Amino acid sequence: MAVNSELRTFKNAAWLGWQMEANWTDPFLFAIYSVVKPLAGTLILVFMYLVITHGETETMFFSYMYVGNAMYMFVADVLFGVTWVIHDDREHYMTLKQVYIAPIKFETYIFGRAAIKIAITSFGVLLTLLFGVFVLGVDIDLAAVNWPLLVVALILGLATLAIMGLALGGVTFLTAKHAMGINEGVAGIFYVLSGVIFPITILPGWAQSISKFLPVTYWMEGVRRGLEPGVITALGSTTGLQGFSDLQLLLVLVVTAVAFLFISLGIFRYADKVARRKGKIDWTSAY
Amino acid sequence: MTETWLLRNMRAVRGRAYPRIIGSTREPSWVFFDVVLPLLTVSAYAYIYKFMKAPEEFVGFVILGGAMTAFWLNILWSMASQLYWEKEIGNLSLYLMAPISRMSILAGMAVGGLFETTLRATSTLVIGIVVFGIALSLSSPVMLIVVFVVTMISLYGMGMMFASLYLLFGREAYHMSNLMTEPIYLASGFYFPVRTLGFWAAAGSSIIPITLGLDALRQLFYPASVAEYGFLPIGTETLILAVLCVVFIMLSKLSLDYMEKLGKTSGRLTLRWQ
Repeated sequence: MAVNSELRTFKNAAWLGWQMEANWTDPFLFAIYSVVKPLAGTLILVFMYLVITHGETETMFFSYMYVGNAMYMFVADVLFGVTWVIHDDREHYMTLKQVYIAPIKFETYIFGRAAIKIAITSFGVLLTLLFGVFVLGVDIDLAAVNWPLLVVALILGLATLAIMGLALGGVTFLTAKHAMGINEGVAGIFYVLSGVIFPITILPGWAQSISKFLPVTYWMEGVRRGLEPGVITALGSTTGLQGFSDLQLLLVLVVTAVAFLFISLGIFRYADKVARRKGKIDWTSAY
Repeated sequence: MTETWLLRNMRAVRGRAYPRIIGSTREPSWVFFDVVLPLLTVSAYAYIYKFMKAPEEFVGFVILGGAMTAFWLNILWSMASQLYWEKEIGNLSLYLMAPISRMSILAGMAVGGLFETTLRATSTLVIGIVVFGIALSLSSPVMLIVVFVVTMISLYGMGMMFASLYLLFGREAYHMSNLMTEPIYLASGFYFPVRTLGFWAAAGSSIIPITLGLDALRQLFYPASVAEYGFLPIGTETLILAVLCVVFIMLSKLSLDYMEKLGKTSGRLTLRWQ
């Protein structure tokens, strides 16, 4: 009974999320919108690379950087998807209090809204990878892909990110109009320290130590080992995680997912309590 | 135009700028969210240039571009989208009823936005310079100020024009702003010299004032790199920016009048949550 109720909440929240994401325009324009943004983000990096290498893209490092940047869309969008629900419902649509008093579990509602963001982002990631392979010569060989590792790492990583997003959603309750900054900032920490577009070995020693505490570092490595095993083998010790076996990487992801589940739920529930006490549930701060 | 009219509008400018300026001091958390955190993405780009052993000035290009993103984001989210948000929260009708020029409201938004964003961009720039040990040339400070001022006037003029155009948007406003983030970072060369895009692409992007402004600032800060990475001569870029100042402010006035009239006749000026 309770499970059915949760599923219904999740499904309806996902449907609502889809309507909010997509029904502001016609499907064709929405498809273009969904493609242009991620591609432009990736092309920034491509041009940065081209200006230095004078046009050379068929290198191991280019493939490493390109795949990392494409997968990073998940990091940014999943965190954003979860956190933005609070900001959007509270400050824009001003419906947060109505959602609160509805007989549903608020966390389930948030995850339902975020799920649709993950689906849309997956489309963008896929297109970016296809563009990389067919236009820029990114080294992904479908026959060589380690599918089990890729799928398991992807699912574990996305779950961890959504759970972390819940903690940020809690912080958003208590801060004025900073949802965007919180998302960009935390995603920025992962961008710099998790070996997204360059191996962590280029960072100073203290920063590398922090990198090894971040789940996204292991997620990136796991996804890369699944998607482009040849590139990771060729780069060898440059990645800084060559000492971890595939199983160890997955184990780290499982442990961090469980740990963050407890931490994030704790932060979210605490922030929720404080927000109610201080009257911040229907706060607006868009001056 | 009487003195009373002028004073009233000056007060309107001050009144609309006030919450943005005072908000910077009343809400110190922005230092962390808007200065320190965005610097992280910029750092990633700086590190990738370091990893590729790019010339030293590229790290400076990235830090400068990263600081300028604050202005572009402010244009999108606090200028272009603002009248739409004001409509959503019910302030727009009050502005329209007040005995003032609508341009004063836009100008107030611009002044307040420019103040708070300059604080943020400067902080990002200073921290970036310190962290990455960048050396900038300050051989032409006057020109630097001139370029910055014309860039900002034309940029905020563009923001005022967008604010009018966004006025009749519903939820498209949010998506439009979202769509104009990364693609503009790319087209305007926020993280690499815009010349890399090729002459015609860079020329097309020059309609966005920050493209030429950023290129001119980079040339002034790194005079040795002008021949290899500069797009147009600084004088030409400044002249084009000066023309854009006039064009955008005129267009913002025309579009605001037109959109207000259109909004009144179609009854959408107070329509919310569309």
